[in-house]
Amino acid sequence: MSEIKILNGNAAIAWAVKQINPDVVAAYPITPSTSIVEHIAKYVADGVMTTEFVTPESEHSAMSMCVGASTGGARVFTATASQGLALMFEILYIAASLRLPIVAGIANRSLSAPINIHGDHSDVMAGRDTGWIQIHSENSQEAYDNIIQAFRIGEHKDVSTPVMVTMDGFILSHALQDVVVEEDEKVKNFVGERDPLYTALDVDHPITVGPIDFTDYYFEHKRSQMVGMENAPRVIKEVGEEFKKEFGREYGFIELYKMEDAEIAIVVLGSTAGTTKIVVDELRNKGKKVGLVKMRVYRPFPSREIVDALSNLKAVAILDRAMSPGALGGPLFTDVRSSLYESDKKPILVNYIYGLGGRDIAPKHIEEVYSRLEKIAATGKRGELLSYINLRE
Amino acid sequence: MAKVRLRDLAAMEDKFVFGHGLCPGCGVPIMLKMVLRASDYPLVVANATGCLEVCSSGFPYTAWKTPWVHNAFENAAATAAGLEAAYKALKKRGRLPGGDKKIKIIAFGGDGGTYDIGLQALSGAMERGHDIVYICYDNQSYANTGGQRSGATPYGASATTSPAGKKIKGKLQWRKNLTEIMAAHDIYAAQASVSHWKDLYSKAKKAIEIDGPAFINVLIPCPTEWKTKTEDGVRLAKLAVDTKVWPLYEVEGGKHKINYYPKKEIPVEEWLKPQGRFAHMFREENSWMIEEYQKKVNEDWERLVKLTKL
Repeated sequence: MSEIKILNGNAAIAWAVKQINPDVVAAYPITPSTSIVEHIAKYVADGVMTTEFVTPESEHSAMSMCVGASTGGARVFTATASQGLALMFEILYIAASLRLPIVAGIANRSLSAPINIHGDHSDVMAGRDTGWIQIHSENSQEAYDNIIQAFRIGEHKDVSTPVMVTMDGFILSHALQDVVVEEDEKVKNFVGERDPLYTALDVDHPITVGPIDFTDYYFEHKRSQMVGMENAPRVIKEVGEEFKKEFGREYGFIELYKMEDAEIAIVVLGSTAGTTKIVVDELRNKGKKVGLVKMRVYRPFPSREIVDALSNLKAVAILDRAMSPGALGGPLFTDVRSSLYESDKKPILVNYIYGLGGRDIAPKHIEEVYSRLEKIAATGKRGELLSYINLRE
Repeated sequence: MAKVRLRDLAAMEDKFVFGHGLCPGCGVPIMLKMVLRASDYPLVVANATGCLEVCSSGFPYTAWKTPWVHNAFENAAATAAGLEAAYKALKKRGRLPGGDKKIKIIAFGGDGGTYDIGLQALSGAMERGHDIVYICYDNQSYANTGGQRSGATPYGASATTSPAGKKIKGKLQWRKNLTEIMAAHDIYAAQASVSHWKDLYSKAKKAIEIDGPAFINVLIPCPTEWKTKTEDGVRLAKLAVDTKVWPLYEVEGGKHKINYYPKKEIPVEEWLKPQGRFAHMFREENSWMIEEYQKKVNEDWERLVKLTKL
């Protein structure tokens, strides 16, 4: 039987990892993802998990060990955040290029400087071109469910790509919430065992992993790497459907909230989607045709779903919890805007940067966004493309 | 240890084969032939970015007949540690390909990848006690990228980032004593040279047999960056040992042991002279550099001898 536990996001991720009991966990502590690693260490110390748990001297070595272990055919998990993810960057690319289905739990946090331990999406957004699949979570339940699905998605032979499951630092990682946890056996059966095509520990069939490519092969190899990402949507969908059948909770690429007849909408990812839902409900009660598009899968980017959800709207605000200095707007904004380029009909788009370094975003801020969208929809006049929420200027 | 005969070794299968692109006179293949033969178990190799990696894996070819993993420059030790963790996990869970067999994980890195950029990962892996062997093939410079100075480049040497110029006479710092740094991790740590194959073979065998971390620092002649004749490589490696520039020794259980005491005193000049990278030291006005060098070699040797008596 499934049961309800009161867990924070870190504990929810650690719970899923405990049930999956991967072959190897190599992880380094960093705020706010530390307690994921601490929970796992305790599970191993108590014999609840039989994972080879290793504590490298840095995140760079943590990801390097994950790559080593994954080439050896092991199922591998790590967790990190912020500067830790940034320190892993060189190896994130290698993990993806070597097609290693490592799963990482990320408690999103800002990047230095100034040093700040609170939640924003600067860390993972900087990782959007590393070749990792990115799945975002609105709450602890989703973090738990996404980890379980991540192994299935990444390890699928047509995908063979690492997956990061993210949740907002502190807002989710440290906040207690009700989480439905499933039976150990059911989770184990759902995830199954990793069955790699090749492994560096098969000494009877030696392979050479990570060779040097010159101008004659590099391009082809990079192109073939994209095939995994191209196949990912089909597998993400299949795994989501199977998950729903098994556990009852539904997951797609994006979640549409009261979008059926919406005229204006906000696009957002992470915990702010939860806050936005409350505002949408309130405005709906007042008869306003507002909706929310919550991004779950950010890489591969679900362009088709975004176009279908937004093209008939009058005005849309895209909320980014990260900057992309020198670009037109935040990362989510440029992806959404680029997706809509192919569409004959498109709404007026505005971009907001919010919540950097853990700055609060309250319902009143979101109401202000909707109220501006109403005006844009009514007048057809956009005004500033990029604005900031709850910022002293 | 059983007596090792060259003809027996010659009859063994090579796991690192022809087709690699290492320079003529390079000491790396000599080292590999000894080390890869020293194992009674299949070896899985983790290789840092560097000469060996680049020259042995040009896609679609490979010179490796044993599993080989290249990850990045500074993380061969962490990669090896990851492979070892996977090995332990899969063995424990009965999922090792080909059944439950003994495998050893071995890492190779050059001096750039070991003394410098990879030192942190190496130190961490040794401290955690992974059952891995790390071999540094020390050719005393960033040879793969054209001979820049590293923490292993000897005093006085002209390297492309420490060139002997009109004002600055090459690298003016002493090399890092990596073997001692590794010994300070309370592990088996040894220094070997391709010129003394039996010693190298024995140390590799010992390191592989140890159930836990072990480190060997092997001096590798590099005719390209040492600016010497290609045929002089092994002779210069031998001279490094005989002049006490590169003592053959090992640290086991905290005890230092010198494995080879040169029979006669040979001045360090004999080792420096054939190498173009030290040519400027032989100009009259720079002769003080050779004196400094000799002084340091003497001091280091005396210190090492003292350590063997502790």
